Amino acid sequence: MSHPQAATEFLKDQAKAKWHDETLWFVRDKRDRISKTIPEWEELRNLASQIKENVLSQLDVYLEEFEQNAQKNGIQVHWAKDAEEHNEIVLSILQKQKCRAIVKSKSILTEECHLNPYLEKNGIEVVDTDLGERIVQFLNQPPSHIVLPAIHLKKGEISELFHEKLHTQKGNEDPTYLTHAARLHLREKFLKAKVAITGVNFAVAETGEFVVCTNEGNADMGVHLADVHIACMGIEKIIPRRKDLGVFLRLLARSATGQPVTNYNSHFRSPSPGKEIHLILVDNGRTAQLAREKFRNSLKCIRCGACMNTCPIYRRSGGYSYGSTVPGPIGSILSPGLDMKKHSTLPFASTLCGSCSDVCPVKINIHEQLYEWRQEITKTHGELGKGLSMKLANGIFKSPLAYKISGNLMRAALKTLPKSLIYHPINSWGKGRNLPETPNESFKDWYQRNRK
Amino acid sequence: MSSKAFILSAIRGIGQKGKPLPELPSFGIEEELESAFRKSIEANKGQVVNQEEFSEWLRANNFPKIVVASTSIPFSATISLPEDPHELDDLNLAILEGQLGVAENGAIWLDDRHLPHRALPFITEHLVIVLLKSRLFPTMHQAYEEIGNQHSGFGLFIAGPSKTADIEQSLVIGAHGAMSLRVILV
Repeated sequence: MSHPQAATEFLKDQAKAKWHDETLWFVRDKRDRISKTIPEWEELRNLASQIKENVLSQLDVYLEEFEQNAQKNGIQVHWAKDAEEHNEIVLSILQKQKCRAIVKSKSILTEECHLNPYLEKNGIEVVDTDLGERIVQFLNQPPSHIVLPAIHLKKGEISELFHEKLHTQKGNEDPTYLTHAARLHLREKFLKAKVAITGVNFAVAETGEFVVCTNEGNADMGVHLADVHIACMGIEKIIPRRKDLGVFLRLLARSATGQPVTNYNSHFRSPSPGKEIHLILVDNGRTAQLAREKFRNSLKCIRCGACMNTCPIYRRSGGYSYGSTVPGPIGSILSPGLDMKKHSTLPFASTLCGSCSDVCPVKINIHEQLYEWRQEITKTHGELGKGLSMKLANGIFKSPLAYKISGNLMRAALKTLPKSLIYHPINSWGKGRNLPETPNESFKDWYQRNRK
Repeated sequence: MSSKAFILSAIRGIGQKGKPLPELPSFGIEEELESAFRKSIEANKGQVVNQEEFSEWLRANNFPKIVVASTSIPFSATISLPEDPHELDDLNLAILEGQLGVAENGAIWLDDRHLPHRALPFITEHLVIVLLKSRLFPTMHQAYEEIGNQHSGFGLFIAGPSKTADIEQSLVIGAHGAMSLRVILV
């Protein structure tokens, strides 16, 4: 489904769509307020951007340095060129452990690789432990936002779902009551799991450690009770030095939710005695994106979600309308690199207002890349039905006489033509747009009359 | 070709020019450290208490299961530490020692040389961290400078109790980890 079609679906429930828009704006506003308490905010953004550009410019060197140091620390490092290989590596570790049930904390990468359905097909129970992710998992849905996975749902819907799945009181919609019911349910899962999977926020080349940030503490609950920790990361998550974490941890939570830091920021360097840590480095299209000079720096992304919260299109169309693992502005410049045909409408799901680039903590020029993708897509897939009218317009604008005649004709025609012609199903332009009031004369006529 | 070789050669094949790694300035804060730290912890829904307030809270609650891994204050454990952290599931209170605190955001560094079990700060119902006032630093930059690259198998910046806002953005304390955080500044 194209973005406009999916957005139309989302907008059918107008009250919910309005709530979605306002709630995400509230998060954006919190981000603004907290960023203004840091006088060096813009300097931090510059530093973060420069660090990431340095990493991308010599990613091979940092990856090898990271691997060597991680191995010295006792971490087992695996490499996966694509999603399939990533999933096979995870499964082989689970099979070696004879593990049939795992707990998993938030990882956009495992969503991207469709790990859950793969493991379930192979007889393994996967429990997502982030509250929002558990909610959407109960509904067999993917997350609709990378930081706020269940932001498209109202508490009434969650209350009904928990009544069915966790036997909570019917009609009790109190978020505290519902959260604590999930706490008890997931505590049981944590205590039983032999293997825990997490994502990775940052991996430090010079120390061979990696950092996972959560507010709920679910990553740590899983990992420290399990015998084996599997961490999955995209190769672009590397940073050079431990002290660089100071820059990124100051930016990440403030940009994401407007809080000064996430409550749990865990640095994993060596497994506990008798336990194992596996780390999987995943490419899955990242080296191809790195090779595209215009889109290379989209790989600086630290997955804070700020561009989603601020985007006038995302807020009014919802995460699912994008049909890609990472939705919103950043998703719209990453996803066409993975499958240009499938995601061909995404770079057009933007007003190009540039708000995404303004809030991005690592200064990705998101709106400029959206514009660049439009050029690429138009080159590859043609002009999306606008070809004929553009050729016609070209002829009219070339000849002053043709322009004058057609201007007069249009002013007369727009007043008299039936509305059904403009608001016709085959005229997609007419959807959601109104024509302006037509003036009685052209600007040229007005100018000549008023100059005298 | 192994996947490692495939990935590395794909990167090298692009032939990029290296870009410089910036030096990091050490940004500070203007506010006095203790008051900034206190405000940060409170904003994160934790509490900063003194020893008397803490003793009173402890008496009022009469917790059956307490673990202590701090030598800076005179409180004693009520249970001995089990070998298997799963047995800590019904632990009421863990009293731990923080290595340093960050004024700008309330983050407290704990590393596993001071953690008898890595699961302790998460699995406990209530968490208390003892922190020396002399170990407060302005921002994350100074904190990482202080920590350096010294090896600890596991290290953690903890800034508040477990929390979530995944249901309609309503803040709820106690998602999976500790239901409360108290910091005793000494």
